[in-house]
Amino acid sequence: MGKTLAEKIFDAHRVDMPFPDTHVLKLDRVFCHEITTPIAITDLMARGMDRVFDPTKIKAVIDHVTPAKDSKTAEQGKILRDWAKRHNIKDFFDIGKNGVCHAIFPEKGFVRPGFTVIMGDSHTCTHGAFGAFAAGVGTTDLEVGILKGVCAFHFPKTIKVVLNGAMKPGVYAKDVILFIIKELTVNGATNMVIEFTGPVVDAMSMESRMTLCNMAIEAGGTSGVCYPDMTTVEYLWDFIKDDFSSKQEALEEYSKWKSDDDAVYEKVYEYDVTDLEPMVTFGSKPDQVKTVKEMTGTKVDQIYIGSCTNGRIEDLREAAHVLKGNKISDDVRGIVSPATPAIYSQALKEGIIEIFQDAGFCVTNPTCGACLGMSNGVLANGEVCASTTNRNFNGRMGKGGMVHLMSPATAAATAIEGKIVNSNHYKA
Amino acid sequence: MKNFSGKVLFLDRSDINTDEIIPAKYLTEITKEALTPYLLEDLSLPSFNNKEDIKDKVVIVTRENFGCGSSREHAPWALEVNGINVVIAENFARIFRQNMYNCGMMAIELSKEKIEHLFNTYAGKSTSIAIDIENDKIIVSSEDTSEEIDFKVGEFDKTLVLEGGWVGYADKNY
Ligand code: SF4
Repeated sequence: MGKTLAEKIFDAHRVDMPFPDTHVLKLDRVFCHEITTPIAITDLMARGMDRVFDPTKIKAVIDHVTPAKDSKTAEQGKILRDWAKRHNIKDFFDIGKNGVCHAIFPEKGFVRPGFTVIMGDSHTCTHGAFGAFAAGVGTTDLEVGILKGVCAFHFPKTIKVVLNGAMKPGVYAKDVILFIIKELTVNGATNMVIEFTGPVVDAMSMESRMTLCNMAIEAGGTSGVCYPDMTTVEYLWDFIKDDFSSKQEALEEYSKWKSDDDAVYEKVYEYDVTDLEPMVTFGSKPDQVKTVKEMTGTKVDQIYIGSCTNGRIEDLREAAHVLKGNKISDDVRGIVSPATPAIYSQALKEGIIEIFQDAGFCVTNPTCGACLGMSNGVLANGEVCASTTNRNFNGRMGKGGMVHLMSPATAAATAIEGKIVNSNHYKA
Repeated sequence: MKNFSGKVLFLDRSDINTDEIIPAKYLTEITKEALTPYLLEDLSLPSFNNKEDIKDKVVIVTRENFGCGSSREHAPWALEVNGINVVIAENFARIFRQNMYNCGMMAIELSKEKIEHLFNTYAGKSTSIAIDIENDKIIVSSEDTSEEIDFKVGEFDKTLVLEGGWVGYADKNY
């Protein structure tokens, strides 16, 4: 009987099985941000255990609220900053160098195929795009990860999603994942890994694969995963070129991180995306999804383009392509947050920032910002936001606010109209 | 070990998410106690009053997929500081469930039928539940009825409850 990718990673990292179906795994990476890590740090200090298992495997960033908005968020940043310094954690990204965790850590080459990764953040599943097992955890798991470099998991079954066909113009990875979540439901992948495979995924950039894996958690998934291939090698090449004599050799090494043909899956879903339309959420659960066509004309007050789902250069390019030469409606506010400083610089170079500004968008520094309603674009009661983020929970972007999730292209078109609309109207 | 016996709060809804349990704007707090007034502040459930309804409760009984969404352990902490140490549901989001046991609290799964039975028989009455963790039994009682319901808890989860959480266990063993 063959093994799934997740089983192979578990086998390669298991250090103990203290009870049936309790797998204690060695961790290759422990990622930290300033919202969920400070309590782990203060608890470790209170227990007299202020230590870290390996400062080179711990990476930390201040991203959720940055620059600090008040004394409390300043204190959270300070606890993380002091801790990183105290323990010689070199890869700590503070203001000026910081960006959204799930965008900046991959960009720095911290994730490799076959890795185990945890972070006190549910969208850690994003890093599975590299063929890693990457799971969001709570503060206690994070604390033990920091201290001991291990984490316990029940064995996750795997759901395989095979994507065939080719996406139409105006349809993106975001539309595909919204469609999949609608099919799986918000609880459909709980305690499972979602494997994304097939020609559509093979043809996708790493950015698009990250968009897919990012939202695995919205179906309850422990991690999303894609198989490593030449696209993965190309993305990582600058970081791995000393380890391999050629890209081909890297590919051969990484190719072991995929499921066997006779691996056993919990379920297999096969979709042809050829006729897929741009999608958007309604309601307050990520599986409440309709086509943009069905939602056309829905009025919005704010547009938010950014986040770990869709704040990467490819996303900004798509949005700018729609916005170029247009102005956003007088009835809406537009906010764009490039996810990292490197993305910001690249967007500047390509004239994308100028397009956003000319269209009437506010360009913020790299941060999670409006995504979780803590800063930089909180909604007022009754307001509606067209957003490229991943969660439309009731009040997510501000108490009494409503969020419609969509692709960057759809969000850009919606900004111009002030109402939800298909982006194809705005393309040459 | 924490207290697992007391009055029950029935929340008749599925997919209650972590933002509803504790909204993101309170994640700037760096003590658990500071979360006390905000538990379930944004719960979307008609006629629910988060100030009155959670008072003196120890156990929550709810439907499917409780705790979905964010990884924030602030969700179990907000329950804990309000004296609620047990949630009983059809199933839980993985991270929330693990967070509960990691804190030495309990997230107990019962079948759809048993949950339905609890709602039908006890919701709206003054109901108490006691958890007998040694014998895997839930003892439910209201003014006029009382019964025992079996449940299953994994060995790892049970160990975490008995030892008071994952940090102590991991420190001892790894
Ligand atoms: S961008 Fe949003 S979803 Fe992503 S890590 Fe930040 S707050 Fe979480």
